[in-house]
Amino acid sequence: MMEKMIFGRYVPAESPLHRMDPRSKLLMVFFFVCIVFLANNTMTYVILGIFTLVLIILSKIPFRFLYNGLKPVFWLILFTLFLHVFFTKEGEVLYSIAGLDIYEGGVRQGLFISLRFTYLILITSLLTLTTTPISITDGMEQLLNPFKKLKMPVHELALMMSISLRFIPTIMEETDKIMKAQAARGVDFSSGPIKDRIKSIVPLLVPLFVSAFKRAEELAIAMEARGYRGGEGRTKYRRLRWQTVDSLLIVSLLAVTVLLVIFRT
Amino acid sequence: MREQLVLLDNVVFKYDGQEHNAVDHVSFDVFKGEWLAIVGHNGSGKSTLAKLLNGLQFPLEGKIIVNGMELSEESVWDVRKRIGMVFQNPDNQFVGTTVQDDVAFGLENAGIEPEIMRERVKNALKRVKMDQFLNQEPHHLSGGQKQRVAIAGVLALQPDIIILDEATSMLDPRGREEVLETVRELKEENVLTVISITHDLEEAAKADRMIVMNQGTVYRNGTPREIFQLEEELISLGLDIPFSIKLAKSLRENGVEIEDRQLTDGELVKELCELNSRM
Repeated sequence: MMEKMIFGRYVPAESPLHRMDPRSKLLMVFFFVCIVFLANNTMTYVILGIFTLVLIILSKIPFRFLYNGLKPVFWLILFTLFLHVFFTKEGEVLYSIAGLDIYEGGVRQGLFISLRFTYLILITSLLTLTTTPISITDGMEQLLNPFKKLKMPVHELALMMSISLRFIPTIMEETDKIMKAQAARGVDFSSGPIKDRIKSIVPLLVPLFVSAFKRAEELAIAMEARGYRGGEGRTKYRRLRWQTVDSLLIVSLLAVTVLLVIFRT
Repeated sequence: MREQLVLLDNVVFKYDGQEHNAVDHVSFDVFKGEWLAIVGHNGSGKSTLAKLLNGLQFPLEGKIIVNGMELSEESVWDVRKRIGMVFQNPDNQFVGTTVQDDVAFGLENAGIEPEIMRERVKNALKRVKMDQFLNQEPHHLSGGQKQRVAIAGVLALQPDIIILDEATSMLDPRGREEVLETVRELKEENVLTVISITHDLEEAAKADRMIVMNQGTVYRNGTPREIFQLEEELISLGLDIPFSIKLAKSLRENGVEIEDRQLTDGELVKELCELNSRM
């Protein structure tokens, strides 16, 4: 189930967005999160909307996957919408029910904030839907490289991330195996009061941790035997290539920023 | 003339807090291009030998010379470039997220240029017949396939020696056959010297030479043919002799006249067929 959550995110396809360098996509998401706050009127929200829509079309991701990303936060969006509709008192009164006045400003504000949420989620989903976890790791390592000067263990962090990604399915498989073994010995994982169910996790976690530590030790020995001695003097097999499309993405984002600054009130 | 590649001279090693030496005054040599099997029951010191050869542990006494270099704290990284190791658990030595990343791991460590890396990864995977699986993730591979990828990871570094530390003991019979077949082919192409550490005597029977370890010392050193003559002695050391030899022995005891010792099932079958046609 976990596997679906993490690996099911990436949707393989042949699209300009898939082919882009993970660095440009990461930068794009970072900047987008910042400039989304520049928008404050209909025109600026439309500009951001067009930008998001163009990226979605370029990514060739079926709408179903984007909808799945939105689903968990759907209630949060609705909640903020209603909060603003009922409690922001600005502009003319549009309607009043049971003593509650609904103001024009409240509706506007509510819609804008919900749109802001939706844009943010769509853009971040686009990153994870079009980029493999390992490319995201590589991209982050490259982007964080300057921070090495500040003694930040960038290489180690990236290696930790990629080893974790590699071992998730292995550990999931093992969890499944231990669960079955314990169930065969009479442990009940799926029924009874919450307290008992939490207790029944203990005989699952203990063997899982023991074996994870054993794996870690063996992996460390294997890595050392294969000549691993830290990030110094290491080369990278996977090379990131910054192409024209990547520059285009950043330039178009800058253009959107300029438009936002011009049209905001 | 046989060229000496590895030399162990009076090597002693003891784990902290243990009374007996895990490896006790062991001396032997390994020649270029041979397949040496080191056998022994649990705790005989055979796995410790593997760790010593690769500098994962250092001997308390004696010295180890690999390819003319004496193994020490300074030379250990150079020695590791000459010796590749394949461990027991296929999962716990797979570092990369995909097959090609894993093979490249050792090359990345050695600081090889990416263009050369690509070439070497491809060639190494072709050698072990895993080049169809370049982008496969480890959890979609069988144990035997994972071990072959581990061998490819060793090959890519172009070492002189490969050490198989119980590399087939966690595999099913088919996976074991795949891995041993791969190793045999590599040895025949004269690329590698093989040191296989195992308690599987069927596997050891395929080697050129065998060393039997017992309680940290070299008990016997000879060809599989010579070693299997020991029969009872081997059994008393906690080792089981291969089925074909056991069968030949009881046939002989029951008055069937078969010659010499047959090491593998194939040899025994051939011998019996010949005998049958003579009768």
